[in-house]
Amino acid sequence: MKLPPFDYACPASLAEAISLLASHEGEAKVIAGGQSLMPMMAYRLATPSLLVDLRKLPGLDRIEIGSKEIRIGAKVRWRDILDSADLRKAHPLVVEAIGHVAHYQIRNRGTVGGSLAHADPAAEMPGIAVACDALIEIVGKAGARVVRADAFFMSALTTVLQSDEIITHVRLPAWPAARRWGFEEFARRRGDFALGAVAVFYDEDGLARAKDVHIGVIGASNRPRRIREAEAILNGRGVTEALIVEAGRAVSAAVDPPDDIHASAAYRRALAGTLTERALMRAVGGAK
Amino acid sequence: MSQPTLEIRFTVNRKRVRVQVPARLTLADCLRHELRLTGTHLGCEHGVCGACTVIVNGEAVRSCLMLAVQAEGAEIVTVEGLSNDEALTPLQASFRKHGALQCGFCTPGMITTAHALLSEEPDCDADRVREVLSGNLCRCTGYIPIVEAVLDARAAYRKSRGD
Repeated sequence: MKLPPFDYACPASLAEAISLLASHEGEAKVIAGGQSLMPMMAYRLATPSLLVDLRKLPGLDRIEIGSKEIRIGAKVRWRDILDSADLRKAHPLVVEAIGHVAHYQIRNRGTVGGSLAHADPAAEMPGIAVACDALIEIVGKAGARVVRADAFFMSALTTVLQSDEIITHVRLPAWPAARRWGFEEFARRRGDFALGAVAVFYDEDGLARAKDVHIGVIGASNRPRRIREAEAILNGRGVTEALIVEAGRAVSAAVDPPDDIHASAAYRRALAGTLTERALMRAVGGAK
Repeated sequence: MSQPTLEIRFTVNRKRVRVQVPARLTLADCLRHELRLTGTHLGCEHGVCGACTVIVNGEAVRSCLMLAVQAEGAEIVTVEGLSNDEALTPLQASFRKHGALQCGFCTPGMITTAHALLSEEPDCDADRVREVLSGNLCRCTGYIPIVEAVLDARAAYRKSRGD
């Protein structure tokens, strides 16, 4: 369908963008790549009175790789992530996961900030942010704040972002080169929304026991989640096949998947467990 | 309902254009209705079918998921810009040779997408071609001849790269 009418502004500064959002009291929406918002508007699921386009805002399109963290600007596109050989070395998990985002054309426009703000429970970037304990930098009328990813996503398509706030960056903690990890996603067709995906990673102590295990799941609850029950099974132990099966079961038991036309809740629950097992098998097998 | 309009300028198929459009107009509708470039097809109008794919600053983009006003200053190439009057381009010739079109509705999106891919990755393999074309729906020819046509056209793009 054609889009509903709206006013359009293309501010040149963050301060101007925020004041435009604030002056419209919840009726304005930010647009960057528009790859989620445009379909929402076509379906009348979003009918903002004003669109504030971020395309002229400077400085939000960089990937900064530091020794302690990786800082990704909100306007960085999927394509930029996939094209960055430095990022692939510095944080292989995020690049692997983003390779599953939508289709070729969408990846040329869709942005990191847009996906975080949209908060689809099956989206890869929110899942990676939660799995990696990312920090989300936000600026609004009241000033700047930093929110932990697991406190940012409240429910499907719902975040703590206020109507006058804009995501500016996401920060991922630095990634040790020897870290073991795996990412597994299942969708009916390439590029479709995931019916489920699981990101796992852990480091090893001197005795090859897993420590600091992270297991993040998308598509199986109303928001991306770490599954602490499953992480606890592996922490402090050598990762064996028996433990992997146990962790998969713990994930299946902990998730709360939707029941919809794409798949039943029972199917998604089983899938989350299977994907956990596969991701852990990959992690054990070593980095790809 | 009358809506305020904005004036934007951009380049389409190497020609500079200036249009006066309401903010809600998609780039796809701008190309078709304002500029009469009806080679760009609109199927789903919400970013699923890929028929409206055009090339924006060298990259394949779904023109139903981009506002015309966001194209300000951009260089856009539509399917019309990928043909010439004298003969078929190597990509077009390859589509004909392999029977890679039937009703033709998806073809402009297939051609623009394949052109963007081959311009950047003339050495891509069949798996990559399938992955990229997964964003373009075809409901009559089937994908096998389309994938073959794109793979067969790689040589022409390698040549234009100077191999």
